[in-house]
Amino acid sequence: MTENPILRTANLSKNFGSVSVLNSIDFHVDPNESLGLIGDNGAGKSTLVKILAGVYAPSGGEIFFNGAPVTFRNPQDARAAGIEIIYQDLALCNDLDAASNIFLGRETSRKIGIGRWLDRNGMMQEARAALAELGADIAPDQLVGSMSGGQRQLVSVARALQFSPKLLLMDEPTAALSNTKIHLLLDLVKNLKKKGISVIFISHRFTDLIAVCDRIIAMREGEIRAEIRPADSKISDLMSIMQRALSGEEIL
Amino acid sequence: MKTNFSIVKKFSRTSDGTRTIKKFLGPTGLGLLGALIIELIIFSNVSPYFLNATNFSNIGRAMVIIGIGSVGATIVIISGGFDLSVGSVMAASGMLAAFLVNQGQSTVIGAMLALTLGCIIGLLNGFVIGYLRINPLIATLAMLSIVRGLAYIISGGNAEVISNPAFLSIGTDSLFGIPLTVLVFVILFLSVGFIMPRTHFGRYVYAIGSNSRAARLAGILVNRWTLIFYTFSGTTAALAGFITVTRTGQAEPSANIGAELDMITAVILGGTSLSGGKGRLFGTFLAIVVLAILANGLVLIGVPSYWQLPVKGCVLMGAIIWGELHNASRDRT
Repeated sequence: MTENPILRTANLSKNFGSVSVLNSIDFHVDPNESLGLIGDNGAGKSTLVKILAGVYAPSGGEIFFNGAPVTFRNPQDARAAGIEIIYQDLALCNDLDAASNIFLGRETSRKIGIGRWLDRNGMMQEARAALAELGADIAPDQLVGSMSGGQRQLVSVARALQFSPKLLLMDEPTAALSNTKIHLLLDLVKNLKKKGISVIFISHRFTDLIAVCDRIIAMREGEIRAEIRPADSKISDLMSIMQRALSGEEIL
Repeated sequence: MKTNFSIVKKFSRTSDGTRTIKKFLGPTGLGLLGALIIELIIFSNVSPYFLNATNFSNIGRAMVIIGIGSVGATIVIISGGFDLSVGSVMAASGMLAAFLVNQGQSTVIGAMLALTLGCIIGLLNGFVIGYLRINPLIATLAMLSIVRGLAYIISGGNAEVISNPAFLSIGTDSLFGIPLTVLVFVILFLSVGFIMPRTHFGRYVYAIGSNSRAARLAGILVNRWTLIFYTFSGTTAALAGFITVTRTGQAEPSANIGAELDMITAVILGGTSLSGGKGRLFGTFLAIVVLAILANGLVLIGVPSYWQLPVKGCVLMGAIIWGELHNASRDRT
């Protein structure tokens, strides 16, 4: 851990009724770091990122963001602090166009006479620029419902980046993509680091994590079981550590 | 912050940016326009009275009531909801206005309180649906009974006959040859149509109807907006009920039974999807005109009035089947 991690949790736990989903999670993300999260279904990965995104309230423990303790009552709080999330299903409105989705819930508007009016041209232009910066050949007025899986993913990335986040959470971003599209996405994640954005990347696919992550945490049954740095050792060693951690052996 | 993301260019396909009137109207709008032209040709050839200024004024007056209520119905259905209580709201608010005016209150007071009643009922619908998460069909079905009962209670079961000339003039007077009520209808449609693409209100109607979970995760207060949509629907229903009474000169507790079904017919015929997220107010407007001319024309060419209902049902069935076929062909591509 560096002096000032961008995010740190202490004793973070979550129960749904009597079921304990997260058990005393301590972890951190450094500035400019991409951290991988791996684990089976039900390991608690998605619950963890949803707490960080303000969707769930933790049952116990603390979250420190930029060194200060934070409480996120809802997704807006997390967004305001600078944490964006891209959900596994992307959470897009198919009947709205790309620009409306990028600005959804954060539309720019102006007060003219009685009431506030959407700045439609301004949002269109900003969306056009944001999509172009991602290299996406998508018109801002194209309906999301008419797009391919890769295009939809780009719209959700553009939305997450639109308001200059400090930390980006990606929940299984490669799950819905074909193999060729996965490489493009992984390159995109590497580029985020150059922009100074920290990333938490959840995936089932170990090879994806090795490709983009500085550090990988393995979770099992609501606990962190192993932590590895892909740069430190051979891939075959990493694989064996991961497999042991995920099958329940004590590593840490 | 110019970064090289050109590598992901392969993600995308070029979009087709053609814009024509065809696109503006959409397949539904084109179909309705076609239906309108066919109606005009048939009825003007069959009946000598059809292309008559008085008859057009009658068509206008006839479509106003369902038309005004269908503005709110369109909003609610695009947002993924449903409001079955509108017919009852129309009767109760019309009844309240008539009762107040007959008690010596002014027409303005009667109108304001009628609208307030509709607003409150809509607010209750919105609260139950948005905050208590009750299915809108069930919530508004219950409200349908409650409010219809209220109309009987206000009136003691009797019709209120109104003689106040100022009140009645709203339903009968014209401005520049256009009935006042038609003006109210057109102004309402134009102003809501103007607001829809330009405000948070309009955008969130579509966002919530399209994917309410995504809307909530994006920070939109879905329950509060749902409350606003149903409040709006209740208010337009009350306006429609008020105008019914100014036209007929009497308020009956059994008035406007089934009006909600006429509105839903118009909304669906106008191309709004029952599953939410898709639809246009302009489509509803065209559908209202097509249905009103159809009803008028059938009377003029001497079709017995019992036949109107099955014809309307067939039109609705045809519209739904056509819409489904269109969706199916779009999904294949």
